[in-house]
Amino acid sequence: MSKKPARARRDEWILRLYVAGRSARSAAALRNLEAICEEHLAGRYRIEVIDLVKHPQLARGDQIVAVPTLVRHLPPPMKKIIGDLSNEESVLVGLDLRPRRKAARTV
Amino acid sequence: MLPMPTSTSRPRRAAPSPAVPPLGKASTGIDGFDQITGGGLPRGRPTLVCGGPGCGKTLFGLEFLIHGAERGEPGVFVTFEETEQDLTQNVASLGHNLPQLVRQNRLAIEYIRVERSEIEETGEYDLEGLFIRLDHALRSIKAKRIVLDTIESLFAGLSNTGVLRAELRRLFAWLKERRITAVITGERGSDTLTRQGLEEYVSDCVIFLDHRINDEVSTRRLRIVKYRGSSHGTNEYPFMIDRRGIAVLPVTSLQLIHEATSERIPTGLRWLDAMFGGEGYFRGSSVLFSGAAGTAKTTLAAYFLDAACRRGERAICFQFEESPAQYSRNMRSVGLDLGRWVKNRRLQIHAARPTLYGLEYHLATMHREVDDFQPSVVVVDPLSSFMGGSFQEINSMVMRLIDLLKSRGITGVFTHLIPGSGSAQEVEVGVSSLIDTWILLRNAPPGEDGGRHLSILKSRGMAHSDARRSFVLTGDGPRATNDPDDARPRRGGGR
Repeated sequence: MSKKPARARRDEWILRLYVAGRSARSAAALRNLEAICEEHLAGRYRIEVIDLVKHPQLARGDQIVAVPTLVRHLPPPMKKIIGDLSNEESVLVGLDLRPRRKAARTV
Repeated sequence: MLPMPTSTSRPRRAAPSPAVPPLGKASTGIDGFDQITGGGLPRGRPTLVCGGPGCGKTLFGLEFLIHGAERGEPGVFVTFEETEQDLTQNVASLGHNLPQLVRQNRLAIEYIRVERSEIEETGEYDLEGLFIRLDHALRSIKAKRIVLDTIESLFAGLSNTGVLRAELRRLFAWLKERRITAVITGERGSDTLTRQGLEEYVSDCVIFLDHRINDEVSTRRLRIVKYRGSSHGTNEYPFMIDRRGIAVLPVTSLQLIHEATSERIPTGLRWLDAMFGGEGYFRGSSVLFSGAAGTAKTTLAAYFLDAACRRGERAICFQFEESPAQYSRNMRSVGLDLGRWVKNRRLQIHAARPTLYGLEYHLATMHREVDDFQPSVVVVDPLSSFMGGSFQEINSMVMRLIDLLKSRGITGVFTHLIPGSGSAQEVEVGVSSLIDTWILLRNAPPGEDGGRHLSILKSRGMAHSDARRSFVLTGDGPRATNDPDDARPRRGGGR
């Protein structure tokens, strides 16, 4: 898990991964996510892992139903990807990292 | 807060059959529904409430929840479609204060939104997030009840139906394990009860709500498709939604358990009483005046009302052709002052356009008015205004109406307009069989100075005259003209 302290950089990506307990699926999702981020967003991303078993009240804010769910908080617009993130291609499309529009917006 | 009554401490009208161990019931507070189910929904189990758009399923769920919340069974309303504000507004019009119940921790609203356009799916997932949210909401107020409205929305938001189905199955089992009384709503499918076949998962109790428009008049019906471990009626029960919410009309007609009294009740006209052995109708019976236009049906019925009020009894007149003011004025012209009975609260006149609402709506309204006012006599004038509905519908409505009155010992007088010449054959046979006393009115042929004829076609269980009586309408009311000796009673029975 890569953690950058303090303030968000202007082009920093903030990703939240919602999981429920320590399941194999959750672990796989986190592993897959870290690999994708390292490859495509190296140095400008932050991943927050939220365990809903410990913080059930947090599921409401981001309207979480499925687990695991990855929420791209920054940059906007908000994006959600559900599943274990095993298909890199669709994760990249889901995060808008696969062409179409380049994700280089100011916040 | 009242302690929640349990099914055992709460004797209901319909006792469970001795062979089946009594099943706990959770009262819904919906008028009539608890009656036809012997106490409400199966306690601690899920119930599916399904029907087309606008059938009232959300309202059903809300009423069930609010009723519980007000009686010490907190509940969670999980909405997949409407926001909290929408819900609050919808029930505010029915006189419920949702925000207050929420503040008091008796009710919680969980709005769950799953928007497909925002979601990408990749790889395996489950709905543990949903379970965690429900669990959190249930725990936060120690809920005993839950409504999921409409969980099928998940199918629109997520594409993996295999996962969804497995998770729904798990969800219903999970609710059951927690002994939560649940209402799950579902949208009607093209040839299934619900689009996603939820009926396969919810096997304890299934209720179907129907909303039909016939001849531009809306009718609502409720059917209990299944209720495991409990006796229930299989009929379609008419119901309505009015300012007090849902009201279901139970049918008990077929039981024919009404008590029959031999007490008599005057008709309001001495010469008419004379045709029934001088005493009038049986109290609690149903009387029908049939006749063509202008044969004084309304007047004869009004005299009956007036007589009741004179004796100090309460009476209701359901008027479907005239406004109360017009009706009172017209009756003054034949010697009746109904206004004074209205003023001293012995008489209520309710007027409505018959076509404005469905039959069920009228019936339900009558039901409530009768229960509120507790009259001893009721006049419905005319019954034939409802002939716009199908014959079956009218028949069942009249049957229910008569049943309602009889079960309360109320004497009912109905008028019925026979179109055209006024022959008795034109009267619906089905209706007449429900009537104890049937009186036919005819206009005298031209040249007989505008008189009218009255004859008793039948009067069950009492001596009555079989003569034809002539009468004229005067400023002092209907007056008999021919020789009273013709009208001596004979011994007779209905059928």
